[in-house]
Formats: sequence, structure tokens, C-alpha cells
Amino acid sequence: MSKGRFGKYGGQYIPETLMNAVIELEKAYDKYKEDPEFKEELATLYKEYAGRPSLLYYAEKMTKNLGGAKIYLKREDLNHTGSHKINNVLGQCLLAKKMGKTRVIAETGAGQHGVATATVAALLGMECEVFMGKEDTDRQALNVYRMELLGAKVHAVTSGTQTLKDAVNETMREWTKRIDDTHYVLGSVMGPFPFPTIVRDFQKIIGEEIRKQMMEAEGRLPDAVIACVGGGSNAIGAFYDFIEEKSVELIGCEAAGLGVDNPKNAATIANGSEGIFHGMKSLFCQDEYGQIAPVYSISAGLDYPGIGPEHAMLHDCGRARYVPVTDEEAVEAFEYLSRTEGIIPAIESAHAVAYAMKYAKELPKDKIIVINISGRGDKDVAAIARYRGVEIYE
Amino acid sequence: MSRIENAFKNGKAFISFLTGGDPDLETSEKLIYAMDKAGADLIEIGVPFSDPIAEGPVIQEANERALAAGCTTDKLFDMVARVRKNTQIPLVYLTYINPIFTYGKEKFMKRCRECGIDGLIIPDLPYEEKGELIEICREYGVDLISMIAPTSHERIAMIAKEAQGFVYCVSSLGVTGVRTEIKTDISEMVDLVKNTTNVPCAVGFGIATPEQAENMAKVADGAIVGSAIVKIIAEHGKNSEQPVFDYVKSMKEAVMKA
Repeated sequence: MSKGRFGKYGGQYIPETLMNAVIELEKAYDKYKEDPEFKEELATLYKEYAGRPSLLYYAEKMTKNLGGAKIYLKREDLNHTGSHKINNVLGQCLLAKKMGKTRVIAETGAGQHGVATATVAALLGMECEVFMGKEDTDRQALNVYRMELLGAKVHAVTSGTQTLKDAVNETMREWTKRIDDTHYVLGSVMGPFPFPTIVRDFQKIIGEEIRKQMMEAEGRLPDAVIACVGGGSNAIGAFYDFIEEKSVELIGCEAAGLGVDNPKNAATIANGSEGIFHGMKSLFCQDEYGQIAPVYSISAGLDYPGIGPEHAMLHDCGRARYVPVTDEEAVEAFEYLSRTEGIIPAIESAHAVAYAMKYAKELPKDKIIVINISGRGDKDVAAIARYRGVEIYE
Repeated sequence: MSRIENAFKNGKAFISFLTGGDPDLETSEKLIYAMDKAGADLIEIGVPFSDPIAEGPVIQEANERALAAGCTTDKLFDMVARVRKNTQIPLVYLTYINPIFTYGKEKFMKRCRECGIDGLIIPDLPYEEKGELIEICREYGVDLISMIAPTSHERIAMIAKEAQGFVYCVSSLGVTGVRTEIKTDISEMVDLVKNTTNVPCAVGFGIATPEQAENMAKVADGAIVGSAIVKIIAEHGKNSEQPVFDYVKSMKEAVMKA
């Protein structure tokens, strides 16, 4: 079996043209991940530029209102650029720079990863091009302009379903065209090895901070960590440090769109099957002939037909469980958290909030749950208004 | 001698591609006969896939047309089985790994053998992942065709050593599609293959004109043309037989001059 496996999942299913690029990336990563100077530089960027550590906030009003488990929010929304995406992008861009790359390319769904990549490219003086599905450039127009403002070139992808999946296709195609000076900053724990490992390692700081902050606040570990899952980078980041701690329940919330029984959903664990796509063996929403399904979610960031290979493994072995959350539940949670705590979460993160609202009520008051608020919701305000029938123009 | 070896027996080979089911399976069947008659030595049939990441816009659109017209893996196998009754021309599938994996690897290979598919070209199954299929391919007598790219360098010897059928030399960086100029030193790539194996080398990606085909055939054992043919099919639809015949004939004549 080839390298980079998570159980039977993972691997390197990519064109020969890209093989030397991923081998070179793996070698560079192995070298720099233990390099004190690299680690120091990244730690400084996390602290001075991204604003880490992000807060672990006790949501007292929400806790009292729901009347069950004690709820903490991991505030990744407070990071520079407004989401957890910056953790991975700082790591990968710094690595790319060490490798002598002068240009970065990236896919983006909601625009969070694209904005983070454009931001760090500006900081490190690298050329940046972002690929975004045409449907997403329409529903996240503000983020497109934000990336352009940061000096990136944004390509609206018009092939296929014109969403995140197609943005990944197009970025992979672009990488095969120009490899020498270009690094593909993959935005989630997916794609060919070593990306799922590299992205996880740059995101695992979320869980490490939760552990430390929770020990300070409560003197013990949480009972559950809840995060939304598209490709799964914020979730793996929050989960990873707790995988060996069997008392900590790990719960991923996937986008069920109009419902798991409605064709318009993106719930890969609920509806997907084993397949090989975007460089990895994992679970995918697909038909009997292996045609990738045109998935749907109100959240552009979760609107993806697959899931990272490590999540597929955690699901199979039962270490993490994955629950579907509909558009309607996510929008209600978006509004609830805004009103109750004065925190507007990204519509992606609202999927985790929605499940936590249900689950907290089922638990006694001495239990503690942490919700990873992976991003802030400013980008979603217009879309939520439209969902509620209010015509707002950005 | 296998059918694929036969393709390289009569001088330089011309390998002609079409996306199965574009614009419909009846037309694909007729086009295969037309290519055969026009002198193609081997025909590559693209299995339509929703997300063909190694393809440029021309073949991406052909995949979309074929799927929209209702082509499925099963219907494509049925068409190939009909074709096989009428011709012994070598036939290979160009397919992504997921349609094989989801169909069932063993079931897929069994159907290949029954219907007369001689080999598989799988752009997203590099050397490192060959283990996914190699044994089952061997069991059913289906060649797993290896690809090498301008970025392969020191990997070429390793890949060539285990090559079956022919080695697919990718002429350029990027995805499939017509190019005005091919800058890669193809003869260097071919030499690296030839140092290791006697398996023939055919060059593909970017070839459209008879001159390009002739130049590629001069340094390799054959030329592969996809997008240029798919463009003709996109333009003429169900009436593509004659223009495809004429084009393939001119390309075969060009490689024979090499």
C-alpha cells in the first residue's frame, strides 16, 4: 500500500505530472517541521500576526438558556482574516517560501481560505491566484473583492457545478500547468498525501489550545468537542489533540442542506460511499457509476462532496461521530448565537452550534462541551437576510 | 502477440481518441469504425467522468455532453462489445480511477475482457498507486498503461521497468488540449524509456496538426491525438464520420512519413 494512509483511506491518486511536486513537498515538510528556526518563525506569525492563541470563551448566557451542559466557544473567528484558515495558510506559505516557491494558488469555497491565502501571500511577498466556483463568486462577492484588494487574482470557475469541487479541479489543473515556481495551498485536510497530514498538523494548534485553556478554566478536559465538517480542517484541528483521550467525545457536523433524504445536501458520512477522487481514497457523495454528485448546502464552505481521509477513518473506527445539520437548523443557530451571545458565527460554524444546541440540552449540567467557532459570520449576513426574504445588496 | 503490440507492428502508430457517448453511443460506434478504416492503429475510448481533472476544456465538455446524453459505464461496455464483433483494432479505455473503483474492480476487469478492452490509461493512478489494480489487471489480461510526464525525470526508469502495452509520454505540462508548440525534449524522455524497456512509446497531449504528429512520431513509436478530434465531433455532432475519417487519414499518413 502506498504512503500517507489513514487506515484504508488517503493515498496519492494524482497525475504523474504532479508526483514529483508532492514528493518534494513531503521532503521539505519533513525537514522543516522539526527545524527550530521554522517553528519559531511560524509561532511568531501565529502570535503577532494571526492573534493566537484564540480565546476559549464560556458562553454563560447560552448555557443558562439551554439548561444543560456547560458550553465553551473556541473563538477561531477572532483570528486575523476571520477564520481558522489562517493557521494552515501561514504554515504552508512559509513552507513554500522555504522551498523557493514564488507563487501560490488556492481553491476556495466560501472565500475564507482564498482570503487567508491572499493575505499571507501579500505578507510574504508572493504572487497569488485563487480559483472559486462561479456560483460562489456570486454568493460571496465581497470576499472576491477582498482578495483582489489583497493583490490576488481571482478566477471564477465555470466548469461542472461551479462550486468548491470544481474550484479544486481547476486549481489542480492549474498546478499541472505551472509547477516549478508554484505551490498549491490546499485549504483542507484532503487531497493527495502529504496535504491531509500537513494541513492537520498546522491546524492541530486549535485542540492543543483548547486543552490548555480548559485545564486553566475548569481543571479538566471537556466531555465533547463539536465542529463543522466540509473537508474537515477545523474539525481535525479541534479533535486531533483529544484522539487518545477516550473520555472526550468528538462530533463532526456535516451540511445536510435541505435534509439528508433530499437530493440537495452535502452530508458525505450520511450519504456517501467509498471512492477515489481529488487525490485521495475516502468517502464521497456519488452515484452507482462513481460520478461525483452535485451537492448542495447554504454554506459554500461545506458544499463539498467528500471528506478528508482521516475523518473517514475516525468514522469507521467509531472514534468520532458525524451528524447531519440542515440549512434551516444552521440558520436558526446563526441567529441564536448572534442574539444570545452577541457573536455572529460563520454559517459553516453555525452547523456545529446547531447540533450543540440540541446536544447540550440532553446532557447534565456538570458536563462540558466545546464548540469550535471556525469563522465569523460577517460574510454570510447578506445570504442569511436573503434566506429570510430580506433583499440586501452587498 | 497482443492486440496492443499489433498496433506498433506496422511502422509508426497513430492513436486516436474519442469520448465514449459523445454526442451519443451510436455515433461513437460509427466513429470507431471510421477511425479504424482511416488507418488508426489503436483507439482510446474515454469513459465519461463528472470531474476529469487531467482534461482541458474541450474534453471536459465532451464528458459533460456524454453524461447528459445518458452514457453510463454499462452502456459503454455494451457498445464496445458490439464494436469488438466487427473489428480487431486494439481498444483501450481512458478512465479516471473512481468509475472503476465504484463499479467494482473485478467486475470492471471482467467486463473489459468480455467486451474486448485491451488496456487502461488512468491519469489519476500514478506508479505509487498501481497496486490498486495491477494484480486484477494481470488476472484478466488487461494492460495497465503507464504515463510519464515532462516532470518525471528520474522516475522514468522506475515506471518504464514495469510498463505494459505502451508507455504514454505526456508531451507538455498542463492538461489535454491543442497546443501551437511542444517545447519538451521528447526524444530525451523516450531515450530514458528505451534504456529500460522495449515497450513502445507514444506521445500525447497537445498534438493537432500532421506536422506535429510527424515530428512526434520521428522521436517516438506513435502519436496520440484527442482534443483535436473531439473538437471535430463537437462541431459536427452526429455527422462527424466523414470529417473524422478525413482527419485521421491525414494524421496516419503524416506519422507514416516519420
